Amino acid sequence: MSTAHDTQDDARARVRTERKARSLRLMAEGQWTTREAAALDAELRRIDLGDATDAVIDGSGLERIDSAGAWLLVRTKRDWEQRGTRVAPIVLDDVYNALLHAVEHEHTAPPVTIHDQHTLQAFVGRVGKATVHGLQQGVGILGYLGRVTVEVTEAIYHPRGNLKFAALVHQVEETGINALPIVGLLSFLIGIVLAYQGADQLKRFGAEVFTINLLGVGLLRELGGLVTAIIVAGRSGSAFTAQIGTMRVNEEIDAMETIGINTVDALVLPRILGLVIALPFLTFYADVMGLLGGAVMCYFDLGITVPVFMRQLQDAISVNTFMVGMIKAPVFAFIIGLVGCFEGLQVERNAASVGKLTTRSVVESIFLVIVLDAGFSILFSIIGI
Amino acid sequence: MEKDVVIKIRGLVNGFGSQILHDHLDLDVYRGEVLGVVGGSGTGKSVLLRSIIGLNQIRSGTIEVFGKDTSKLNDMQMRDIEMRWGVLFQEGALFSSQTIAENIQVPMREYLDMPQQLMNEIASMKLSMVGLPENAAVKYPSELSGGMKKRAGLARALALDPDIVFLDEPTAGLDPISANMFDELIKDLQKSLKLTVFMVTHDLDTLRATTDRIAVLVDRKIVVGTIDELRKNPHPWIQEYFSGPRGRAAA
Repeated sequence: MSTAHDTQDDARARVRTERKARSLRLMAEGQWTTREAAALDAELRRIDLGDATDAVIDGSGLERIDSAGAWLLVRTKRDWEQRGTRVAPIVLDDVYNALLHAVEHEHTAPPVTIHDQHTLQAFVGRVGKATVHGLQQGVGILGYLGRVTVEVTEAIYHPRGNLKFAALVHQVEETGINALPIVGLLSFLIGIVLAYQGADQLKRFGAEVFTINLLGVGLLRELGGLVTAIIVAGRSGSAFTAQIGTMRVNEEIDAMETIGINTVDALVLPRILGLVIALPFLTFYADVMGLLGGAVMCYFDLGITVPVFMRQLQDAISVNTFMVGMIKAPVFAFIIGLVGCFEGLQVERNAASVGKLTTRSVVESIFLVIVLDAGFSILFSIIGI
Repeated sequence: MEKDVVIKIRGLVNGFGSQILHDHLDLDVYRGEVLGVVGGSGTGKSVLLRSIIGLNQIRSGTIEVFGKDTSKLNDMQMRDIEMRWGVLFQEGALFSSQTIAENIQVPMREYLDMPQQLMNEIASMKLSMVGLPENAAVKYPSELSGGMKKRAGLARALALDPDIVFLDEPTAGLDPISANMFDELIKDLQKSLKLTVFMVTHDLDTLRATTDRIAVLVDRKIVVGTIDELRKNPHPWIQEYFSGPRGRAAA
């Protein structure tokens, strides 16, 4: 008794099975290519071995077969063998021998399994990993802080030409002078916003003139320095990480080390010191521009003229107010530079890592700047400034 | 029997600024052959490859792939052609955010509707075809060595069993044993799949072992021939290349 079973007559690839007593004959016909693989895969999985003890896979009727098709034949053969059926070697035109060999070649391992990432266990694992990584990061940056401190001290007390003046000036230009337009514009706008909001609220008490106090204290003590530091972290901190990181990808850092150049001297010190020099000036400039914005707003919104504005400002702030803002700038600069350079040196030798660490560098430096600012506030309130 | 031309280049001109790289260059690539492209540094081997696959704007000339002028095709027609070729870039050009298995499955996902399990099976089959260990499948490109990235890149190029494979310096950076295996693989695939291979390479052993014809870029033109024909070519650069110490060693 024999039964023949045809499938998908109109398809370009066909599977036919023929049963004779306890043997099964699978005939592959048509074009067994990657395009047809999905349909063939379903078809082959539906074939029921039944009580067959012997099987033949016959590919002599194939017009064309590629590696996906060959894989399906090989997989079916292995499948059946695993279930205890004797399967004769696959019958295939001689021209395809090399292909069949390539597909069969030492490929015995189970198919790729991708671990499920959505289990509770995986979640706990990720949290743990992130915690450990965060701690390691903290320890790493502390260690780096130590090294940079030593090198800075050495560069100042025992100068041996390890700090390149030209590189330092270049960094001051890059991080300071080139940042003037954006820092100026943003501070000016913040002055406007602050004056507008302050005036709006204080008007209710008839105390519009104290808008100037708000502006003076707010900008000089806090906002001028903070906004500048945040802009610089985004602008220069990220640039430090990207520059040093790209050098790392290109093995330039390794090359420097083998030549005997101290990478801290050559790359890190000019950047950090350049920023430490530039940021106080930028902060001062931001203060001035912010007050200017506030003055413009006061004139148009409240009708306060510039001489009145100046007189009130003089009463509202003291040199201390200004100094409190300025003293924070070099500290912010040091942190931004340190984090930027540290993350740059953490870059692994692939392009994706540069982007990842640049993002991390900006986030970390802005975070640290705000934390430090809060710390300064507490410190100043304790010592009563 | 007339040979079937799969890539037909006529009057190709390429250049940067005032510098001309290719000056009215003609080239035919036949179905099922392995064509090696060689030339000195800066002669535009990679530019030629990139021109064919449409990554480089050409100045003038026509490039026909499977008998169709690639500059006159719309996006859909271009996709049909892109499905039929695979490209291995010099450094593998793997997508860094995806595992190797996912990388290999990218073309399948893009063009075909396949169940995930079958894609996994095919990906792992392709991996073993190019000689990568099974556990490479779940790794990310950054975790692999340069040679392994190259093999993974080849596996991705072969994902859809294309008609033409473009290889840019496939054996550069591989150890001699892997390079030999790679040569064998190219020959095997080419024999069984009637694969057409367009290969930019400097590896004389690979040229000797795998190529049917070699195209040499000299003086902004192209000289095509078998290795033995090229040895007889009087051009000094070709002489130096094939009859220099390395060229003789490969013979």
